[in-house]
Amino acid sequence: MIDPGYLAATVLVAGGITFALRAVPLLAVVPLRRSAAVRFLADELPAGIMIVLVLYCLRDLSLTELSPTLPTLIALNVTIALQVWKRNALLSIFAGTAVNVTLLSTAFPV
Amino acid sequence: MRPRSGLLATSRRTELKRAFFDSAGAGGALFPLGLAFGLLVSQAGLDWWWATIFTAIVYAGSLEFILVGLVVVAAPLSTIALTALVVNVRHVFYALSFPIHRVRSRPARFYSAYALTDEAYAITTGRPGENWTGTRIVGIQLLCQAYWVLGATIGALAGDRLGLHLPGLEFTLTALFVVLAIEAYRARRDMPTAIIALLSGLIALLLSPEHMLPIAMTLLTVGLLARFALRQRRRRGNAADATEHGGTR
Repeated sequence: MIDPGYLAATVLVAGGITFALRAVPLLAVVPLRRSAAVRFLADELPAGIMIVLVLYCLRDLSLTELSPTLPTLIALNVTIALQVWKRNALLSIFAGTAVNVTLLSTAFPV
Repeated sequence: MRPRSGLLATSRRTELKRAFFDSAGAGGALFPLGLAFGLLVSQAGLDWWWATIFTAIVYAGSLEFILVGLVVVAAPLSTIALTALVVNVRHVFYALSFPIHRVRSRPARFYSAYALTDEAYAITTGRPGENWTGTRIVGIQLLCQAYWVLGATIGALAGDRLGLHLPGLEFTLTALFVVLAIEAYRARRDMPTAIIALLSGLIALLLSPEHMLPIAMTLLTVGLLARFALRQRRRRGNAADATEHGGTR
């Protein structure tokens, strides 16, 4: 059982930081808007962050073990292909996840 | 005064109706994603009501998925703080275009800033010509959060009561980021940034899988700022060239 105090602290820390990130710039919005460097980051960072987060999610995959590496790579390709083809976010997410869950619970048990 | 307040009440109702239709698309995604999140919470061995607390208080979808993975391995609070900072730093930039100046009252403004999620940002900035009222903006945000909290609570309860265990369910988060990355790339079709991000991530993975996120984000920010500086210098060089040629002619 995970300690409830630790969980509560986690919620407060993560919630507080998220709120600060959202609220503080709203107070300082005018000076921020004038900076060309900030505007450049605002345009370019979102796509970059998402790519980094994809790699972050894959950080525990080992190149020498078949499972869960192979199922995850197959699911990844399903999600990418569907998103490029159909552009339906929910379909891409749930089809990829369904493939991953199915492969891991049948052909490739960890 | 009476007829006036009556009029206000009607306009508020129309604005809330608009908010309902504005948020319906996002709700169609938030509710099932919430279900998956709730299921993941129950699989992690947390009591079902933690799904409600996480989604109601932290209210940042992708971070919450990551938090479940972190609390299961009892990650230190410093890691949790750093992860929250790195994953949600993008919200700093939402402030540049989110129409919060339309939200009048102080408590509503507070909530609006608190609930400035990717979805709220996308809905309100996707149609710049729209006449957004404060009621409509806050209504959208309240509804989005309701879909998310409700989905997560039902998912966790279902996982808890039915004893569901789906191996590999955490792939939902990977898939979510893949979709967001593809759509963010589509919006700008900017290859250099994609390559800088890919390299930042891979270098960080090689250096330390455990501290991958802060390292990669630092590399990415430094890389983008370097690119910006280069572009500015090239522009200034071009401008100087132009004036020089102008002078000789």
